Amino acid sequence: MGSIRLEIRADGVAVVTLDHPEKSVNTLSPELVREFEAIASPLLDDPAVRAIVVASAKPDTFIAGADLEVIEGLTAAEISAMSRDGNALLERIATHAKPVVAAVHGAALGGGLEVALACHYILASDDPATVLGQPEVQLGLLPAGGATQRLVERVGVTGALPLLLTGKRVRARKARRLGIVDALTTPGGIVETACRAALALADGSLRRSKKKLSLLDRVARHAPLRGVVLKKAREQVRRQTRGLYPAPPAILDCVETGLRRGRRAGLARESGYFGPLAVGPVSRSLVWMFHAMGEAKKPLQDGEPRPVRRLGVVGAGFMGSGVASVSLGLSPVVVRDVAEEALAAAARSIDEGLRKQVRSEAIPRIEADRRRSWLELTTEVADLAGADLVVEAVFEDLDLKRRVLAEAEEVIAPSAVFASNTSALPISDIAAAARHPERVLGMHYFSPVPKMPLLEIVVSRRTAPWATATAHALGRAQGKTPIVVRDGPGFYTTRILAPYLNEAILVLEEGGRVEDIDAALKDFGFPVGPVALIDEVGIDVGAHVSRDLGAAFADRGHVSSDALLRLSEAGFAGRKNRRGFYEYPAAKRKGPKRVNKGVYRFFGGSARRAIDPSTVRDRLALLMVNEAARCLEEGVISSPRDGDLGAVLGLGFPPLRGGPFHHVDSFGPAILVDRMEELAARHGPRFQPASLLVEMAERGTRFYPARPS
Amino acid sequence: MSKFAGTPRRVVVVDGCRTPFCRSGTAFNDLSTYDLGRMAVAGLVQRTRVDPAAVDLLVMGTVIADPRTSNLGREVVLGTQLPRSCPAYTVSVACVSSLQAFLDCARAIETGAAEVAIAAGAETLSDAPIRFRRPVRERLIASQRVRGLLGRARLLKGLKLRDLLPEPVALAEFSTGEIMGANCERLAKRLGIPREEQDRYALASHHRAARATEQGVLGRQIVPVRVPPKYAAVARDNGVRGDSTLERLAALRPAFDRRFGTVTAGNSSYLTDGGAAVLLTSEEAARRLGLEPLAALRGSAVAALDPLEELLLGPALTLPRALDAASCELDEVEVVELHEAFAAQVLAVLKLLADDGFCRERLGRDRAVGTVDRERLNAWGGSLSVGHPFGATGARLITTCCHRLHVERARLGAVAACAAGAVGIGLVFERL
Repeated sequence: MGSIRLEIRADGVAVVTLDHPEKSVNTLSPELVREFEAIASPLLDDPAVRAIVVASAKPDTFIAGADLEVIEGLTAAEISAMSRDGNALLERIATHAKPVVAAVHGAALGGGLEVALACHYILASDDPATVLGQPEVQLGLLPAGGATQRLVERVGVTGALPLLLTGKRVRARKARRLGIVDALTTPGGIVETACRAALALADGSLRRSKKKLSLLDRVARHAPLRGVVLKKAREQVRRQTRGLYPAPPAILDCVETGLRRGRRAGLARESGYFGPLAVGPVSRSLVWMFHAMGEAKKPLQDGEPRPVRRLGVVGAGFMGSGVASVSLGLSPVVVRDVAEEALAAAARSIDEGLRKQVRSEAIPRIEADRRRSWLELTTEVADLAGADLVVEAVFEDLDLKRRVLAEAEEVIAPSAVFASNTSALPISDIAAAARHPERVLGMHYFSPVPKMPLLEIVVSRRTAPWATATAHALGRAQGKTPIVVRDGPGFYTTRILAPYLNEAILVLEEGGRVEDIDAALKDFGFPVGPVALIDEVGIDVGAHVSRDLGAAFADRGHVSSDALLRLSEAGFAGRKNRRGFYEYPAAKRKGPKRVNKGVYRFFGGSARRAIDPSTVRDRLALLMVNEAARCLEEGVISSPRDGDLGAVLGLGFPPLRGGPFHHVDSFGPAILVDRMEELAARHGPRFQPASLLVEMAERGTRFYPARPS
Repeated sequence: MSKFAGTPRRVVVVDGCRTPFCRSGTAFNDLSTYDLGRMAVAGLVQRTRVDPAAVDLLVMGTVIADPRTSNLGREVVLGTQLPRSCPAYTVSVACVSSLQAFLDCARAIETGAAEVAIAAGAETLSDAPIRFRRPVRERLIASQRVRGLLGRARLLKGLKLRDLLPEPVALAEFSTGEIMGANCERLAKRLGIPREEQDRYALASHHRAARATEQGVLGRQIVPVRVPPKYAAVARDNGVRGDSTLERLAALRPAFDRRFGTVTAGNSSYLTDGGAAVLLTSEEAARRLGLEPLAALRGSAVAALDPLEELLLGPALTLPRALDAASCELDEVEVVELHEAFAAQVLAVLKLLADDGFCRERLGRDRAVGTVDRERLNAWGGSLSVGHPFGATGARLITTCCHRLHVERARLGAVAACAAGAVGIGLVFERL
């Protein structure tokens, strides 16, 4: 069965409809390109065909992008050749005199948008489902179907670069404003409208009106300003990626080549880069992440999820409002807090979230009002009655959490789930006095909830599978990537974060500089340095976690510092009270954050010295990796996949390295074990490698099957 | 022929609620009628816990239509938890708009056309639509047909500078040209309602509303509203003057007849913003959905009178007729909720209900309907004190009546209101 249907209408318009016979969306593959070539090429030269329309039969996608599986087994040369074939076909369409119209309803991403860009006219449906973008860069790739050339031609350098370099998606109306799309229409009958447009283009009554480029964009196409614009872009890329990601510079090179030497040269560059990038380690890791997130979003095998028709949230703080925000489209949400001011703050942050979604055209205005009507803010526990799941997000205090659970159990049904959004308190402790411990679990969201993709579901020995399945289903509905981990001190994410942050403090005590420590880990690929991260999560929170976990793992030679506790007691809470390791002036300053040198007195005085950045990096990163291995060994996480997802999505472990377990695989356990033993000899037994790693080093095994090289 | 041929189904009120009522230009200054309506309806659905999917009719009353939401009711359905499939429309019968909305819903339930309905109303007087004057409107409309600069220039011919001023919002009765306050003066003079009696009545209304607020009985009907930018809960009416005194009221100058009048700003209702909603169902539907209704509708009456001499006297006809429809006498009714447009208007109605001549002539009774016990009348305050957002007042009256029936352990309650155009509606409820 082919993926393309062809209809030649009586009026001479050939409608090419993409409809993959098995998949729910259309994706680009070499087969599709061949099929397209076989069907479309004759049409271009057929005098009876006056114009061509390209459309999709899938309900909410035009073309979702390239089929990533196809690339997997191929060599760099083969992958580049694929791009070359595709580009040749698209260039033939783009330069042909016969009008070709793209009828875009639904997602037109990556190669999908590139197909549309090669058409002479893009008609898009003004519908929330219609999103356009070149997300290749997010997978460590570049658009290799002409977008680095044609997007620049359509919208200018300054409009195209943000799309190409960040991979952000735009909705139809925004795309129209930018000039990506030529006209908007309604989704129903879009093919018919496209045919009318195609005929009008054929008889000359319609012409694509080129977007008037801004003065900057017009001069940016020519030297010398071109050089200036691209240089600025390069600098920005270097600042943001610290040279770790090869795709953005490659994209900039393609754009520059196109501007200097013409589109054909630019297209050749694209294809040349595509293969090496696709087989490179960065893209392999990012593509793996993409697939792993998809897998994690599948329903659990065990346990029957119960529907959540009413969600309760206890604690209207930043986390509580965040959980409410991501749930409002799903069911009524009742948020309970004892403090009226907290409810007012929650109302504001939830409302601002809705306004933002309306502004970005993610939801229509009336839908925002519908969601507002689902929100109930209350000071009464009784209003939790009828909730099928209650998430508590109160202060991290065991007694308080137990009290909240006891209060909730008074009003909720035995069939309702009680979830604690704790980041470290053991679930079994919280559930110790519960009437129904089987429905108590942890739903550990990350802050800010609407942005952070990870949900760590923590199950105790007594948690029932149906409760886990219910939390898992809710998390997926909220758009989160859930991992299920076993109860224990710090669960998974907090447990592997604690030694990492603690080590940063130890380096500070040895005389290290705040900015050097952060730079060392950012150069490794962490988006935020460990010291800055402590400021973000709160020094008080960090101090608590470090104390609790330090005590739990003291027998392993864990050296915990009480400096954080002293710092916290001295009134330093981090960004939230603008007193932390960095300065947070009320008026925003340009440039990088400045270190608050006043904190050094808590870490042995103001005399600082340079500490070898690679040692700092290994001490911190390997402690995290080692702890992750212990978690796998102890069954806290059930797979390396969950461990990698949790570390990357929850803690910012460098995505280009694919998580701690991939990191072990990429070096081989033997090398890491050696390095750790070396560190243990110099810095103490906390660097003793996990026995799992030692065994793997001896046997020469890996966590994941080896990748074809 | 109507397909309805059975016994009417019994209509029950499950509950009602409202936003706080706030003086126009204060807390709800930035909210539209639509916002106030959807907040009241969303709050009603939340507090009754009715399955929104079961609601199969919404009728909304409003007086000053916002041109953006001319079918306000339908927009409110689309902007709340209610299903998109729920039909909705908007009625405008001046100050009885949401009583009319309630009657429409009740009729639909009685005939089986609907089972679970919401009768609501909302009004904002903080943002009344203001129009250009006719000469400008004329030219604006003509300008759509005109082409060219010259044609447009020609349009400006004859336009005077003062035409550019906006038109004052029309408050006068269209048929008589008289504004309502002046008509109330006319009534007070005709029936001889003294100023002091009016002030005493108004004072009592404020004191009762203040007491009901303190006791929390009014709070039960209020859904708190959170308005940007502070989002602090607005949970109380802000027009109630519990500290008002007779001296202060007496010091006010008459508002409509400066020299000989008795009607003042103090003994009249004030411009108010607010929304209110009532959930009513068939008795059978309430049982099926596990809802616990407060009261059943026993009888109703609608009347229309002379717009000049009887503009505000609707309740004098509809209250007794609704009692007739419910087969009961005035003295059996322990809860009476009358709309208070003006103190003089309420006093006039009470006077006529006790007047043998009026009741003979206008009601065809052999003697007076009777004296309304002041303790039973508007015990939690009324429109004079709580406020009067035109479209929402009817739903507030029904809610207050049903809540009072329970608090006072009373059996029968009556609601009546007058409206511009000289229309009145009366309802009788029985506690369940």
